[in-house]
Amino acid sequence: MRHIISVLMENEPGALSRVVGLFSQRNFNIETLNVAPTDDPTLSRLTLTTFGSDQVVEQITKQLNKLIDVVKLVDLTEGQHIEREMMLVKVRASGAQRAEVKRTVDIFRGNIIDMTPSIYTVQVVGESDKLDGFLLALGGTHVLEVVRTGVSGIARGEKTLSL
Amino acid sequence: MDLLSGGEMIARFLKDEGVEYIYGYPGGAALHIYDALHRQNDVKHVLVRHEQAATHMADGYARATGKPGVVLVTSGPGATNTVTGIATAFMDSIPMVVICGQVMSYLIGEDAFQETDMIGVSRPIVKHSFTVKHPADIPMILKKAFHIASTGRPGPVVVDIPKDMTMPNEKYEYKYPESVSLRSYNPPAKGHSGQIKKAVDLLIAAKRPMIYAGGGVIMGGGADLLTKLAQQLGYPVTNTLMGLGGYPATDDQFVGMLGMHGSYEANMAMHHSDLILAVGARFDDRVTNDPDKFCPGAKIIHIDIDPASISKTIRADVPIVGPVRQVLEEMLTVIDEAPARSNKEAIGNWWKQINEWRKVHGGRYDTTSDKIKPQAAVEACWRATNGDAFVASDVGQHQMFTAQYYKFAKPYRWINSGGLGTMGFGLPAAMGVKMNMPEETVVCVTGEGSIQMNIQELSTCLQYGLPVKILCLNNGYLGMVRQWQDMNYEGRHSNSYMDSLPDFKMLMQAYRHEYVEIRTKDELDSKMAEAFAMKDKLVFINCFVDPEEHVYPMQVPRGAMRDMFLSKTERT
Ligand SMILES: Cc1cc2nc3c(=O)[nH]c(=O)nc-3n(C[C@H](O)[C@H](O)[C@H](O)COP(=O)(O)OP(=O)(O)OC[C@H]3O[C@@H](n4cnc5c(N)ncnc54)[C@H](O)[C@@H]3O)c2cc1C
Ligand SMILES: Cc1ncc(C[n+]2csc(CCOP(=O)(O)OP(=O)(O)O)c2C)c(N)n1
Ligand SMILES: [Mg+2]
Repeated sequence: MRHIISVLMENEPGALSRVVGLFSQRNFNIETLNVAPTDDPTLSRLTLTTFGSDQVVEQITKQLNKLIDVVKLVDLTEGQHIEREMMLVKVRASGAQRAEVKRTVDIFRGNIIDMTPSIYTVQVVGESDKLDGFLLALGGTHVLEVVRTGVSGIARGEKTLSL
Repeated sequence: MDLLSGGEMIARFLKDEGVEYIYGYPGGAALHIYDALHRQNDVKHVLVRHEQAATHMADGYARATGKPGVVLVTSGPGATNTVTGIATAFMDSIPMVVICGQVMSYLIGEDAFQETDMIGVSRPIVKHSFTVKHPADIPMILKKAFHIASTGRPGPVVVDIPKDMTMPNEKYEYKYPESVSLRSYNPPAKGHSGQIKKAVDLLIAAKRPMIYAGGGVIMGGGADLLTKLAQQLGYPVTNTLMGLGGYPATDDQFVGMLGMHGSYEANMAMHHSDLILAVGARFDDRVTNDPDKFCPGAKIIHIDIDPASISKTIRADVPIVGPVRQVLEEMLTVIDEAPARSNKEAIGNWWKQINEWRKVHGGRYDTTSDKIKPQAAVEACWRATNGDAFVASDVGQHQMFTAQYYKFAKPYRWINSGGLGTMGFGLPAAMGVKMNMPEETVVCVTGEGSIQMNIQELSTCLQYGLPVKILCLNNGYLGMVRQWQDMNYEGRHSNSYMDSLPDFKMLMQAYRHEYVEIRTKDELDSKMAEAFAMKDKLVFINCFVDPEEHVYPMQVPRGAMRDMFLSKTERT
């Protein structure tokens, strides 16, 4: 099953390499990964998605928790949560295709954030499924580049991951 | 408050932390530190002949005392030479602090002379690591390093110190940090009482219980409590290779080591048990054999300080995260207060069954052969040392024979590399013990292969007067490799023959140590006694043993625990 694990860790050089190293060292897979500072300058927040049996994911969270740089973590998929990913897509769009691409972008509530006479750069935000869906919907359009941020997420309601 | 340079702070901190010996080797990036050491007399530095040996010496000391061993090396090759020793300590959860010199901080990343990214190199084999960014941080970083290394599940910690952090003329205020707190590191102080009650209920109700105790019982200082619990319940106890001495092997309730080379009765009893109490053991693949076939009828209670050890390979029914001492203490209280008592009849029958199993193999070996059997050599060593020596071992058949035939009655006395299986560990580990416990008899059991991996340390032994006894079970082969080749490769001995062995007698002369040779069975006891009588001398006992001998029992690969070869011709 797919899991979203969200980690608060010390904002220290080397902390990220310990987390990433753990995954290769222990043969766990990482599907997506993102990391950035938080409102607390001593902490950064790392979100990763991974696939694995319950037993593997249990090991992943336990091994992550063992890292001294990891302060707290949560498996968001264990409760109600919101996940978002952002994607930037550069497509060739000229002639009749221009309108077609624009329509698709609107349907997916994306934004065209840059353009030239033959190019659209599109931003789409949503759950990863929706981003996949957008790429499918582009169909025959010539896609030049796809950049995805990887998933970030947050629990619904009162629950927080904080100190 | 004193004004000290970074180098002086290191020396002073070690003193304040109560460190008596450190083991190491100097070089450019560490020279300020070495100079600071030279100008004080509290912390003694032991100069090894290879940095790997420094780590094993520190490790041997840690295993014999439960306290962290300390290593000091220079950057680059000095640091990389410690990698095997750090990995050895990591795999066996041994507390160690390794201080590495590093190039000047402003040169880092420029491929400077003797620059190695030691934090990167050591990352997968440390519990944690630190880089010093400012000299004034040194005391707190070292305090954290010692704290992390020696609490919770112990392990090695690397501290990387760029040379400009130790400049002699840059002085800062030094104060020994009395305490340390880390917001992201809080090892459990006790077990969950509800879980402990549940465990006790299962223990009392069990009909075919087994206590399976590992290295965590030794390093967690829980041997006495484990023994008390086992004797109160009257249940059979088995130890892992790392747990030997955690329950007295001389006691009747001990059924031997379990696992790949475990006793027949221990493996059979595990397989047929209905309840396993695992204490400070990690269900290693050398214990479980095929995890899918592991002990099909058993419920499992697992006490471990590291939650990641629990349900990693074998699912626990009652997990208890906590330190062995506190958990066992609470268990004993709960048992005392419990209304029910264990099932006398069922336990009686269980012992009857186990005693039947004891007769099947019972650690037998061929005593009629003319050749010296390695098992007999270990038994002779046990007699010569009254079973009370600190025994460090290298890796191979001799290690297994020692585990099986030297009946360890006390914890902390069996010093061996189990998880990594590091040949070359034995001699420096024995030296680390002897250095700190000069009154004790310290033996290194080794093979003619392993001993050559750190034989240069004979020189260190001479310099510091370390009269360890080296018992070399000389079979002229990389015996353990040869055994696998006999069993799995139709006896094709690819590169397992040790040709051109040194003349160990002349070698000992060269290093001014003593040499005793044992060539026949009948001189085993007398020669062994002769060697151990030379209290103040390092004696190399070259014992020529049967090269054909195999270690048995041996689990059948991918089988259950009960599937074993019992000799070259018998299997279960
Ligand atoms: C040639 C060779 C053959 C081998 N054959 C065998 C064999 O036949 N049988 C065998 O058993 N091994 C054998 N081994 C060793 C094996 O590889 C493992 O090292 C060993 O089984 C692990 O022992 P352990 O389970 O006691 O764990 P250890 O590695 O000693 O780990 C200790 C466990 O205790 C926990 N712990 C630590 N401190 C505490 C505390 N204070 N409180 C609670 N928990 C704590 C740790 O978290 C860890 O899970 C062999 C090795 C070699 C080299
Ligand atoms: C550093 C290292 N290299 C290789 C091995 C693989 N290995 C395990 S046992 C063994 C043979 C050991 O030979 P010896 O020391 O003579 O002991 P014996 O088995 O003959 O008693 C080898 C090569 C190892 N464990 N460690
Ligand atoms: Mg040999």
